[in-house]
Amino acid sequence: MSIEIANVTKRFGEFVALDDVSVSIPSGQLTALLGPSGGGKSTLLRIIAGLEQADSGRVQIEGLDATNLPPQRRNVGFVFQHYAAFKHLSVRRNVAFGLEIRRRPKAEIRSRVDDLLALVHLEQFADRLPSQLSGGQRQRMALARALAVQPTVLLLDEPFGALDAKVRKELRDWLRRLHDEVHVTTVFVTHDQEEALEVADEIVVINDGRIEQIGSPDELYDRPANDFVMRFLGPVTQLGDRLVRPHDVQILPADGHEPGATTGRITRITRVGFEIRIEITADDQVIAATLTRNEFLALHLQLDTTVRVRIAPEIQAGTVAVDSGPNLPATTAVT
Amino acid sequence: MAEHSTAEAERPTAVQARPRPGPAKYLLRLVVLVYLVLLVAWPVALVGRNAFANGLTDLRGILDDPDVVHALRLTITVAVTAVVINTVFGVGISLLLVRYEFPGKRLLNALLDIPLSVSPIVVGLALVLVYGGRGGWFGPTLENVGFQVIFATPGIVLATVFVALPLVIREVVPVLQEVGDEQEQAARSLGANAIQTFRRITLPTIKWGVVYGVVLSLARSLGEFGAVKVVSGNVLGQTRTATLVVEEKYLNFDKGGAYATALLLTLVAVAAIIVVSVIRPKEQR
Amino acid sequence: MTSATLAPDRPAWGRRPARGGRRLTRASGLGLGVAMLWFSLLVLIPLTAVVVTAADGGWTEFWSAVTNQQTAAAIRLTVGTAFLVTLVNVVMGTTIAWVLVRDEPFFGKRALEVLIDIPFALPTIVAGLVLLSLYGPGSPLGVNIANTRVAVFFAFLFVTLPFVVRTVQPVLAELDREAEEAAASLGASRFTVFRRIILPSLTPAIAAGAALSFARGVSEYGSLVLLSGNLPMHTEVTSVRILSSIENDNLEGAAAVAAVLLVISFAVIVAVDVIQRRVVRRG
Repeated sequence: MSIEIANVTKRFGEFVALDDVSVSIPSGQLTALLGPSGGGKSTLLRIIAGLEQADSGRVQIEGLDATNLPPQRRNVGFVFQHYAAFKHLSVRRNVAFGLEIRRRPKAEIRSRVDDLLALVHLEQFADRLPSQLSGGQRQRMALARALAVQPTVLLLDEPFGALDAKVRKELRDWLRRLHDEVHVTTVFVTHDQEEALEVADEIVVINDGRIEQIGSPDELYDRPANDFVMRFLGPVTQLGDRLVRPHDVQILPADGHEPGATTGRITRITRVGFEIRIEITADDQVIAATLTRNEFLALHLQLDTTVRVRIAPEIQAGTVAVDSGPNLPATTAVT
Repeated sequence: MAEHSTAEAERPTAVQARPRPGPAKYLLRLVVLVYLVLLVAWPVALVGRNAFANGLTDLRGILDDPDVVHALRLTITVAVTAVVINTVFGVGISLLLVRYEFPGKRLLNALLDIPLSVSPIVVGLALVLVYGGRGGWFGPTLENVGFQVIFATPGIVLATVFVALPLVIREVVPVLQEVGDEQEQAARSLGANAIQTFRRITLPTIKWGVVYGVVLSLARSLGEFGAVKVVSGNVLGQTRTATLVVEEKYLNFDKGGAYATALLLTLVAVAAIIVVSVIRPKEQR
Repeated sequence: MTSATLAPDRPAWGRRPARGGRRLTRASGLGLGVAMLWFSLLVLIPLTAVVVTAADGGWTEFWSAVTNQQTAAAIRLTVGTAFLVTLVNVVMGTTIAWVLVRDEPFFGKRALEVLIDIPFALPTIVAGLVLLSLYGPGSPLGVNIANTRVAVFFAFLFVTLPFVVRTVQPVLAELDREAEEAAASLGASRFTVFRRIILPSLTPAIAAGAALSFARGVSEYGSLVLLSGNLPMHTEVTSVRILSSIENDNLEGAAAVAAVLLVISFAVIVAVDVIQRRVVRRG
């Protein structure tokens, strides 16, 4: 295990950012810290980097107790959401910074920086100032700068949060491929569940200063530990007293006899590209279901059709009993 | 409903969103120009004319007067010393105020502005009361060990440092706040220690703020009059500074000499402001 | 990387929990100690000495020094003139800031920027001389205000020029133009937009500038030396009174009057601090 966090607590005044958090982050993998804003995930990352001091608890990096080490002695690479580019230094000098601090020979610095600039596809921008780069380019520079010192772990704090949707998607793919090449233990913070599901080997879900669940993307999506994780990772709807994903709601003809199905009336049909979203009103519940276009056409559904709905039998395990929560909307759209 | 919205759309937007230049604009421009010309530009320009009223005689006169030359030299020495002290103190205290949390910070922040609103005469009096050789709080003790403050150069330096104290801080603090501390954190995470971070990252970032503060401090320090008048003793050829020369010459009916000395001081002040206004846009980019 | 790029949904504690900064380390604590020592020796202890000396003789002595006929006249003149000058500065300073920020570039606009700062950088004794050359004996305008109360007014006006302009200018520059356009699209006239939308946002800056300009006026000395003649009961200002007490070796009397000026300075600093805090909270 590469990073061991044990019983870490951190308060900012009255606010408890982390409440007795313990987690092990495996070596060589890409781990996402996922959760809503203000949930404590960035604080955890900053404590790993030494940019923040935990009030209590311990941090170990590759077997070395780092709890009281200042950031400059931890050998971590940190990438900030807003790049933290050194504005007065060229791209090359930015990337070289950590090596210059370590007083490496000039020739070594030059060749290593060249390699890194090639890795992040910024060779032709080496002599520009950060202000002359786009957001995506600046973030790639920041990544190269963090990698230059050959860190034990690479920490990224909402690395794509300040970029527009298209660039974010490109960089996400690129980060995944980069990690497959470099294999440095990487932890990144995100509030975007899609980003975490797509990029990470392992996801740590953090909310309200506590860890809700740790697992692979598949485990989290298919077997959420609780209501919160279920809602956070994707759209949900309530059927009876169970939470279920709308695409796992099975729609049956009104005259069937399958067990455990509820009868209701279709009250809304919305088509979004290849996906059809249907709302079924049954008793006092509004159930959301999504179908593919082909399924929809096969069922001959129309507004006001009476149908029977149930949770698709093969995914019973992936549902969660509803907490005694208040009336939540039928679908929780998570962006 | 439909009628209403079209009426709304027609009426004001087209005319008012882009105000056309109207007579009001030119009137305002004229008022401001006249006001500033009468209050500042014309009077300042007259100093130049009066200084050269007798050709170059007055200017040559003061530059040939060893007492004036001594005063100018003293003024420069004092100003440079004061600026160095205030720059070191100002940058340090700015970093502490912006980057650290400590009890009494808000109070300190407010107290640092005091020198801007205290009368220079009060500044001089306050220093005399503490460092005066006769009856000051610390003055007699210091003089016993051979260190005279009041009526000597150290007193002039203290008074000058006092009046120019907040200028560097007021320039550097906003810059530090604006840039935030992410670059510094990045440097720390890349292995730089506190000194390396300051020298390689913080200092280049706040460079223009510091330069701006230094230029303003220098102008203020060269021109301090009231506080220096109280603490210096105004001894000819020893503790008389350039501004005191202006007063003395004028009161002794050497108007030419007064204007010539004033011209030198004005040139420095105007040069300082022009330097600053050239720097400003660069820093705001 | 200013606030514009920050994610809007992020709570204050999200990224920068240490909003006010880190706790002191050993080195920075030492630095703070040294700085405080220097600041105390230079500013705090001397100013305390003024107050202590003023209080030394007891209340009656203090009161008689301050209410001495000549001193009281000087204080009245100083405070009254500073107040009048501040009113002028509020109007003219805001107007100048408006022209500097909102008017399109015209010939001489940058020169105006320089002119605004000159009173700040010019030695005060030179400022007096400067005004004397246009408004004194032998004035090209044919007026002579030397040794009158008008001279005091002009001197204060000159030295306080930059304060309102320089506090209002940045606020005006950062004002949200969309709010004005929205108001205009809702049918507000240009004057209404100014009065209802712009002026309320500028008020704190104007108030802060006015406070600074008042404090500067009250404490002015150098520019009056050559200009106002320092005639007792007529054009003598408070600082001159203090100086003549010092020169007569009456340090207690000087300290008493100085304490009055200090109280005014403190009041202004507190006022500016409160105003600025309100602005921060609103922003």
